[in-house]
Amino acid sequence: MRRLSEERTKVLFEKLAKYIGPNIKQLIERPDGVYCFREQKDRVYYVSENLLKLAATVPTENIVSLGTCFGKFTKSGKFKLNITALNYLGAYAQCKIWLKPSAEQQFLYGNNISKAGLGRISENCEKYQGVVVYSMSDLPLGFGVAARSTAECKMADPISPVCFHQADIGEYIRCEEDLL
Amino acid sequence: MGRKAKFNDGVLVKKGPGKKAKKQKDPIFPKSLNVSDDADKKLSSRQKKRFKRREEKKAELLEKRKQNQKTKKEGKSDYKKGKGPLAPPNQYFSESESGDDDEIDEDETDAESMHEEASGSVEEINVKGFSDDNQAWLRPKSRKGFRPPSSDEEQGGEEKSDEDMEEEQDSEDHDFTVEKLNDLSDNEDDEFDTDTADEEEDDTNTEDADDDLLPIEKQNIKLKKKQARIQKESDAEMQSIISEQATFQFPSKDSEEVVSLQDVQQRIREVIFVLSDFNKHRDSNHSRSDYIELIRNDLCTYYSYNEFLMEKFMQLFPLSELLEFLEASEVQRPLTIRTNTLKTRRRDLAQALINRGVNLDPIGKWSKVGLVVYSAVVPMGATPEYLAGHYIIQGASSFLPVMALAPQENEKVLDMSAAPGGKASHIAAIMKNTGVLFANDLNKDRIKAVVGNFHRLGVMNSVITCMDGRKFPSLMKVFFDRVLLDAPCTGTGVVAKDQSVKTSKDEIDIQRCYNLQRQLLLAAIDSVHAKSSTGGYIVYSTCSVLPEENEWVIDFALKKRNVKLVDTGLGFGTAGFTKYRHLRFHPTMNLTRRFYPHEHNLDGFFVAKLKKFSNVIPTSDDSEVVEDFNFNEDILNEEEEVNEKQNKKSKQNQQGNDKKGKNSNKEKSHKNQVGSKEKGKKGKNLNGNETNKTDDIEKPTTSKNKKNKSKKTDITTNKVNWDEVPKKVGVKLNKKVKKDSKKKTFGELKQKKEKFNVNRTDRKFKKNRN
Repeated sequence: MRRLSEERTKVLFEKLAKYIGPNIKQLIERPDGVYCFREQKDRVYYVSENLLKLAATVPTENIVSLGTCFGKFTKSGKFKLNITALNYLGAYAQCKIWLKPSAEQQFLYGNNISKAGLGRISENCEKYQGVVVYSMSDLPLGFGVAARSTAECKMADPISPVCFHQADIGEYIRCEEDLL
Repeated sequence: MGRKAKFNDGVLVKKGPGKKAKKQKDPIFPKSLNVSDDADKKLSSRQKKRFKRREEKKAELLEKRKQNQKTKKEGKSDYKKGKGPLAPPNQYFSESESGDDDEIDEDETDAESMHEEASGSVEEINVKGFSDDNQAWLRPKSRKGFRPPSSDEEQGGEEKSDEDMEEEQDSEDHDFTVEKLNDLSDNEDDEFDTDTADEEEDDTNTEDADDDLLPIEKQNIKLKKKQARIQKESDAEMQSIISEQATFQFPSKDSEEVVSLQDVQQRIREVIFVLSDFNKHRDSNHSRSDYIELIRNDLCTYYSYNEFLMEKFMQLFPLSELLEFLEASEVQRPLTIRTNTLKTRRRDLAQALINRGVNLDPIGKWSKVGLVVYSAVVPMGATPEYLAGHYIIQGASSFLPVMALAPQENEKVLDMSAAPGGKASHIAAIMKNTGVLFANDLNKDRIKAVVGNFHRLGVMNSVITCMDGRKFPSLMKVFFDRVLLDAPCTGTGVVAKDQSVKTSKDEIDIQRCYNLQRQLLLAAIDSVHAKSSTGGYIVYSTCSVLPEENEWVIDFALKKRNVKLVDTGLGFGTAGFTKYRHLRFHPTMNLTRRFYPHEHNLDGFFVAKLKKFSNVIPTSDDSEVVEDFNFNEDILNEEEEVNEKQNKKSKQNQQGNDKKGKNSNKEKSHKNQVGSKEKGKKGKNLNGNETNKTDDIEKPTTSKNKKNKSKKTDITTNKVNWDEVPKKVGVKLNKKVKKDSKKKTFGELKQKKEKFNVNRTDRKFKKNRN
């Protein structure tokens, strides 16, 4: 467990900002304690300081995970968000897409979202902005990148994609082995 | 329109058969069936006449027949008399068959064959009634003559030609013999089958038989009577057997036939019936243990358990309950899910799932988060609700230890063997993601499931570690408020889930299990903080029903640590055993809870809740060393004694071989200390009032050590006077025994410390002498 380097912090925050924008502040300054990002084996964990202190007693090599895993740094130095970050992304998301029930299954199997499956989309969505995908009953299903802005979506034909898939909760059973 | 009011209710008069009540015609029977009626009718005059005539004819016929018979009998007797009793009947044949020596040869052979031959020949004379004796070779009479007895048949073709000749000669007699056939057969059969006998004929026959029969014929009759007697006896025996079988007949050991499963099941039921009132139904030739063995084998085959496990179960359950347990263990428990209260409420979840076509119900009054799924159109492990972490599929029995643990918010909780994270996530849900949850598991592959489940269910306050649970006290001694130990076990309570348990478990597996469980439990207790304001509790649970893995382990912990059993807070479940066979557990053991598949429709489960009341370990660190030391010395002593004996022997062989010194002893003790660290608590067992079993376990290992050591000591070249050693050992042993007897109660630290000091001085003394 170690602190993130300046550079990596920047990469991480840039990435997060795509999804939750200024809400990053709320991740860091929480009323219920001090939370921080820690890195182990290129994985980034979001964890409370309190927990971190207690976990310090356990040898690092024995710690598999603590707090919430947000994602990992790739070998090329980019940051890849994991589905495990959805708990926080879903709570603070700026741009949201709601899926029709018919399109839910499609998305949960790792497919992009076409206009036909789009139930609702938040107003101010820009092109290539990170979006969190919900079902119509406000169940966070995953996240992705908006293929079109909200305005463009209205004009698009039914089969054209509106959101590129990045991660979905189907991964919990599809690839439980390499979740982290 | 509506229905008309029934004003004349109750005074309904039927006007006749309704439209639909068409009457069937009277049945017409064929004439053949009406005969009985005709018989009752009086006969017409002509019919009467005809009937009379018929009767007369019948009577005539009968008389004729009788006369015929008499003449025949007379003729026969004449013929017999003519031959005389002296002359062997064979001669009659041999006269005609001049060249046939075999018949005579057979006469000369032993009595039995003669007898057979004789009976055969009698039959030949009487011209072959068909009976059991000759059915093997007697054929229907389509051929001209009778067939010779089988012995003749085997002979060559020449003889056959002879026989043909003979038949031709006999052909004169043939005419009446053919008619006679019926009567003769009657004669033979009726003597014994009196039910069907025609009395008249029988009388004549018996008269005749008394008067004039060849000795062979008499013999034949005797033989028949004897056979009949035997037949009757065997019948009677059969009857008795059948009547006995109505209760139960113990199968003979010789008959190791392959029996069908149904038969085995039948036999199981019967044996259980016998055992239910043993004195009444037992077979006096077989002891109870025979029956027990029989039923054990049968149960093993029927439910495909290995004998060891079946015996364990038979010791655990009374027979009637055993069957229920085994039957229940075959069937899977209903699928249950636990609502993740971190993300949703049970009512919302139930509604969402019902909308997806799932048929479910609350699990019961005892749980507010459980749901039973009766049927589902969609796979329960892949609904969007599941993936979103609104629920987790979890056995109902897995709720119990967490409910017993009753974690509070902002506590530090440890789940020692957490995978796949069901119970741990339950704990987190109850704590509402506050405090700290350490979820540990040894298995790297299974820990991945914990990671997945925790993130899916939104557990954020957790540290997931992958290490040996026994190391926790060394890392975080006296740290946690509560510890849940769902110990690895043999899984004898969840046979339905994993059928391999039935055959794969053995004594050694159970031993391994409970040793590990004891160590884990002590580690769990050691990592709990007794002075915690809210907690200080340890919950121990297994999915096994064997007392070795449950009560015995708890009992061990009660002796080793400052813990006491407290109520689990679960409203149901059967109380744990306070005594089991030869084992006597702590009287508060009834506070533990057992769950059985046949009783509670849960997986077989055991839950015990312990409260730690003092952080002081009764065997404090220092005294632990002493204990270990003592333990080592124990082994040492044994070794020394053995070695001594060996040495004496070897002295005789090799005089210069008496070289075992304190140095080598030191080596041994060091080695033993290392070994005992591995064995850990086993060594301590010796000091508590543990049962002999653990000692038994250790013996083989010590014997191994002995062998190794004796080899090593041969190499070392330190000389010691061996006469001194055993004396000291004896003294020490006595001391130890005394100490053991005193130690049986808790909290005698002071005494121990004193003794420890004594021991230490002893040790120093020893060293100095070296």
